[in-house]
Amino acid sequence: MWNVFRAELTKLRRPSLSLSTIAAVTFVVGLVTSLLFLLVDSPEGNGERGVRIGREVLSLPDGLSIGFSNSAGLLGIVALCIFAAQTAQEYTYGTLRNLLVRQPSRMKILIGKLVAMKLFAIAMVTLAAILSIALSYLFAGVKDVSTVAWSTSDAQTAVLRTFINVLIATIGYGIFGMILGLLFRSPISAISIGVIWNLIIEGLLSAFITNIDKYFPGQLLSIVAQGGNDRISYQYSLLTSYGFLVAAFIIVAVLFKKRDVAN
Amino acid sequence: MSSPLALDVADLSKKYGDRMALSHANFEVPMGSICGFVGPNGSGKTTTIRMLLGLIKPTTGGGHVLGESITEPEKYLPRVGAMIEGPAFYPALTGLQNLTVLAKLGGFDVDSIQKLLEIVGLADRGDSKYKTYSLGMKQRLGIAASLLPNPKLLVLDEPTNGLDPAGIQEIRNLLRKLADAGTTVFVSSHLLSEIEMISDHLVMLRLGKVIFSGKTSELLAKQLPVIVAKPSNKDDLDKLVKIAKDNGHDAKIVDQNVHVIGAADYSAQFNKSAFDAGIILESLTPIRPSLEDTFFEMTGD
Repeated sequence: MWNVFRAELTKLRRPSLSLSTIAAVTFVVGLVTSLLFLLVDSPEGNGERGVRIGREVLSLPDGLSIGFSNSAGLLGIVALCIFAAQTAQEYTYGTLRNLLVRQPSRMKILIGKLVAMKLFAIAMVTLAAILSIALSYLFAGVKDVSTVAWSTSDAQTAVLRTFINVLIATIGYGIFGMILGLLFRSPISAISIGVIWNLIIEGLLSAFITNIDKYFPGQLLSIVAQGGNDRISYQYSLLTSYGFLVAAFIIVAVLFKKRDVAN
Repeated sequence: MSSPLALDVADLSKKYGDRMALSHANFEVPMGSICGFVGPNGSGKTTTIRMLLGLIKPTTGGGHVLGESITEPEKYLPRVGAMIEGPAFYPALTGLQNLTVLAKLGGFDVDSIQKLLEIVGLADRGDSKYKTYSLGMKQRLGIAASLLPNPKLLVLDEPTNGLDPAGIQEIRNLLRKLADAGTTVFVSSHLLSEIEMISDHLVMLRLGKVIFSGKTSELLAKQLPVIVAKPSNKDDLDKLVKIAKDNGHDAKIVDQNVHVIGAADYSAQFNKSAFDAGIILESLTPIRPSLEDTFFEMTGD
């Protein structure tokens, strides 16, 4: 498995992937964090689904990490795309047969790839956290938001807690992408189905049907990133979303192990 | 005592739905040989190779690779190099990085990569991205990748695709050198003249069935040569056919020549019979059938 991990890291370090990921993370975090502060006086709201987050909330110790946690859903979509593409492209490039000749244990291939991509997700979320915190300080100055509480130990704890939650959520989205990649064996199909499911189907149904988000892994992962909300607890979100993911991963892993590699 | 086997398959079959891709195949490949694996498109060559490499599971039957059962590919694949259905690499990585991925994956020495690139003539393009390679260069990289484990068995599917004549000759020499050093080479190709030049064993498939397995020389020896006779007077063509048939040989007229199927030593007798009948021959040439001729005769394609 260690060999698979090392080989996968060589692929993940390629400049085209690294630079496009940095660009995507910068865009997502920049957009969400800047809108959070710049629209602080907007009656249409400055948070997810038109929620208003005022100066008094942003000035709290937790305020430093609100932009970061609000970015989690979109960061998750970035992770979903990367994990799905990295998995499915082995089929479309025909490289899976090379991998399996050099490492016949299909479970080692799967786990080694997953561990390497998790490391990539950690780097991605770390970059997002740094960017979000830097932008929060920048826009707080612009919009007269007090940052006194942001240098307290409570704020540091909140940032650490948010980092862990966003990381768990991002990796969850990534695993979802990997599952789709293994199922559909095509990056375009896996990514488009993943994005449509998360952004459109889950989002729309959750907006129109009360409490249905309790059963949607994407919605639950967003709630994990926020540390839970007043309707759905953190523990429920974490256990249910990862319960779905683990069950689905076991099913596709068995399929991957059994299926003939004929392309 | 028979020589040890690099490959042996017994009653190996693979069925996809109602279609039998490979049907009850039996063949053996001795250690250290170069074995050509030939057959028309769709005859089951790639299916067989995939089963030998553990990529697909047989429907029935089994076999051994380097003495280990094909149900346990992890026991022999570290000693096997393979290129299946052409080269497949990551377009955004360089040739060097692509080989590094595979070397790390197999736990092989990364320092050997530069030498392998030199062997296949890619030393000066190792830092170029794979997507910029020509078909011939991609093929060379595939061969370099198959050499990474310093293999005891090399399985190559159409290794000379896209190569120019000089490249084909280089690969032919490389395969011969590897075989001389003890590596068994199992190579499929549609270039039958190439296979004839390099292989000492042959496995021939048609419609999923093995129609020949054995020494190339034995197969070719079974084929009677064609004696091509050209009379100085074309009115004698029919007389020549009659002479050959009267002596028990099959004969026919092809493009102002008479083709007689018969052993090479019949040439002298045929010449004398023609002379006795007052026929002057402009030329008389016994032609040994090539592997291609034999192949078409056996496959009926």
